[in-house]
Amino acid sequence: MKAKSPLEIYRLLPQKNCGECGFDTCMSFAAHLLDRSAKPSQCKPLVEQAKKDEKARKKLQQIEELIAPEIAEVVIGKKEHAVKIGGEDVLHRHELTFYNPTAFFYDIPDTLDDKEIDERCSRVVEYKKFYVGKFLTIEGMAVRCVSGDARRFRDVAKRVAGYCRPMILVSFDANCMRSALEVVGEERPLIYAANERNWREFLRIAKDYGVPVVVRSKDLNTLKSLAVTFRKAGIKDIVLDPVTEPVGEGLRRTFERVIQLRRTAIYEDKDVAYPIMVTPISAWVIEGDDVEKAYWESVIAGIFIVKYADIMIFKSLEPWTIMPLVVLRQNIYTDPRVPVQVEPGLRKIGNPDENSPVMITTNFALTYYTVESDLTSAKIDCWLLVLDTGGICVEAAVAGGQFNASGVKKLMEETKIGEKVRHRYLIIPGLAARLKGAIEDETGWKVLVGPIDSGRIKGWLEQNWPPKNGNEP
Amino acid sequence: MKIEDLFKLLKKYNIEELEGVKIEGDIEIEMEVGSSILPIIQALAQELGMAAYHLARASKILGYPVEQLFTEFVELPKEVKPEKAKPEVEELVRVEFKPYKVNYPGKINEVQLGATPKEGGTRKYSIKVGGERSLPFYLFDAEQKNLPVVTVDVFDRPVPFPKAVREHYEDVMNDPAEWARKVVREFGADMVTIHLISTDPLLDDTPIHEAVKVVEDVLQAVKCPIVVGGSGNKEKDPPLLEKVAEVAEGERVLLASATLDNDWERIANAAKKYNQVVLAWTQLDINAQKTLNRYLLKRVGLPENSLVMDPTTAPLGYGIDYAFSNMERIRIAALKGDADLAFPISSGTTNAWGAREAWMKESPISGDTSWGPRELRGPLWEILTGLTLALAGVDIFMMLHPASVAVLKEVISMLGGKVKESVDKDWLVVT
Repeated sequence: MKAKSPLEIYRLLPQKNCGECGFDTCMSFAAHLLDRSAKPSQCKPLVEQAKKDEKARKKLQQIEELIAPEIAEVVIGKKEHAVKIGGEDVLHRHELTFYNPTAFFYDIPDTLDDKEIDERCSRVVEYKKFYVGKFLTIEGMAVRCVSGDARRFRDVAKRVAGYCRPMILVSFDANCMRSALEVVGEERPLIYAANERNWREFLRIAKDYGVPVVVRSKDLNTLKSLAVTFRKAGIKDIVLDPVTEPVGEGLRRTFERVIQLRRTAIYEDKDVAYPIMVTPISAWVIEGDDVEKAYWESVIAGIFIVKYADIMIFKSLEPWTIMPLVVLRQNIYTDPRVPVQVEPGLRKIGNPDENSPVMITTNFALTYYTVESDLTSAKIDCWLLVLDTGGICVEAAVAGGQFNASGVKKLMEETKIGEKVRHRYLIIPGLAARLKGAIEDETGWKVLVGPIDSGRIKGWLEQNWPPKNGNEP
Repeated sequence: MKIEDLFKLLKKYNIEELEGVKIEGDIEIEMEVGSSILPIIQALAQELGMAAYHLARASKILGYPVEQLFTEFVELPKEVKPEKAKPEVEELVRVEFKPYKVNYPGKINEVQLGATPKEGGTRKYSIKVGGERSLPFYLFDAEQKNLPVVTVDVFDRPVPFPKAVREHYEDVMNDPAEWARKVVREFGADMVTIHLISTDPLLDDTPIHEAVKVVEDVLQAVKCPIVVGGSGNKEKDPPLLEKVAEVAEGERVLLASATLDNDWERIANAAKKYNQVVLAWTQLDINAQKTLNRYLLKRVGLPENSLVMDPTTAPLGYGIDYAFSNMERIRIAALKGDADLAFPISSGTTNAWGAREAWMKESPISGDTSWGPRELRGPLWEILTGLTLALAGVDIFMMLHPASVAVLKEVISMLGGKVKESVDKDWLVVT
């Protein structure tokens, strides 16, 4: 974004510190605008003023311009299933964060029969992978005209639209494209693609239906020329497809094109500052069996999830290819400024009962999932207390004081763990050993110091559970 | 030009109504001859030529001699095609794309692993890693002489492997030398890592003099450069690696690992004395890496060509975001000139197999879509862990599954510009 300091934004705000935006001061609001955790529309006084007053309107507009991301943001689809792509500001996630995760679309050729189409669409709509406290999903469908039959393409587009997910319409033929848009144009599909031959008609189509459009060329001069031409004609919602070549020198050239486009866009050339499309489905043109192709499709996707693709089209709907990619995408687009946390509280691991051990860990997601995974893998039935340490790991939280006896007591009261078990033993992480006395004093429970690594918990329990000389039920 | 647009334009000039002009439809404009609209039309025309043009055209239809009125400031299109209300874009705006150039001042140190008889060792070939002047595979910024290599894990005792891995190693698990031969001969390993885990006091507590015999066996069995790892025990690793350095004198073995909390000095001194290479292992902390590197270089005087870093590989799904950004920051800092970080990076990509998604038979979480066959997803988990970190700057991958090794090596050679062939078919023909 253009703004480098909150001061640049602050001077355009009312500076009354009214707090209506949800932040205490206008300066704080400006800082949140700068890191994109707030929107200008949250400043109610300025928005109201802008309705009446030209000067205020200009200020609002200036703020929008100051904080606009380097890469244009494009919305595909409508309502709750709309997906935003682009909108990036940096080349390396540690410099700020990446914002809009690469959107995943899945190929629906119009030559499939209706049953096959329904099956593929259902797979897209139903896919779920639980990860760090929520289910990861995939976004939409790319309806592809293979039949060459405008009517068939239109019917399939309509059928797929019934699944209420964002769509890409794939055809170089203007008649086919118009035919499909007649029935699904309202859904704001992304149309794929304008190239050097059909661009006049596709420019017309994009304007007529007000839909986002992909411009496509292997030659970056041509690609940029297409983008500039479309932009000059008033089309803002542009996506760049520098063409994905699947293997060998072609793959290397694809890598070069994608990097060059994004890097040049971030640093100096706003004529190419649009979201980038990569098509891992290109892997399916190589020789080999389906497993090899699906592997290679995942490899292409992996490269470009890490490096700058904003939207992708896939063929494989096998869960073993989807899972690593949705997880990779989640990891790369995680905000590095925010510690990754899980909900504090009480978790049941396996099927614990009133005699099962009670353990405690922190809400740092990595710690939590490691512990949870270790306990689950070892088939241990237990109660796991998750302490809110602000997303900090055990060692650092003990040192920093976020892991403390009164916090433990509060958590135990809130979760009513005392009512769920008959014993009074709490197992704490080995790295929190020095809190043993304080926790015992605070809670009245007997504290057992567990292993340093939860991977050793199984062996530790064999030695130490049930406790030998305690107040057994 | 729509009526609303015209009004907007007029508002700008603070005129509520266009005096003398009555506007009724898109282009039906009545105009009273002799009224003083000239300045307004002039303003309109300056603001937006087309507005004036439409007004003029409308007036012309109504029979007013507007040309005279306009000619001074508006150039009317010579040919008016009435069927085309909006002008079409007919020609592509031809522009040139000029890629942004990046030149880094720094260069990653080149490190040689293994030594041929000519070089003082017994290896058939040696391998060079490092030497980069740009981000990985940015061949358009700078040449990348040495592409990343893969070293495959061998253990000095049987280890409990996930099913998808076990089936490839079952036959050699009790014979590290045979195991090493297999990964080179059958799985295309560039190097072999022999992990002396049996030395762990909590495992077999194999005495050092016995453990190093396995190293000698492996050096006999394979002719590639090797890595030797300890058990991770901070008391035993330094004397163990010291002994390894001695028995493998001159072989430029990568000794894994010196850490801030073991006797790094002892390991680095042995490496110096016997011409080996030190792997400096820190845990996801760029500053700790800098510190350890400085200790090894400045305090021990380890040569710059004898240090490789392991900044820790957290696998896909389990902190790879930290590992990736940590490595990327290290590499960028080095390229920008931080000499303390200008070393090749090694990744324990095998860690991917610690992710339950890689080995568990099926998701333990109700609500998950089935994970699919683990024989297929396990290797893919390792590939994507490696590939992601390859893009952050890894030079040496320590890996486990043969399929993962094969695929990662293939993609590295392609991105590294070593495969000239391409497939020119468009994905739109995929059926």
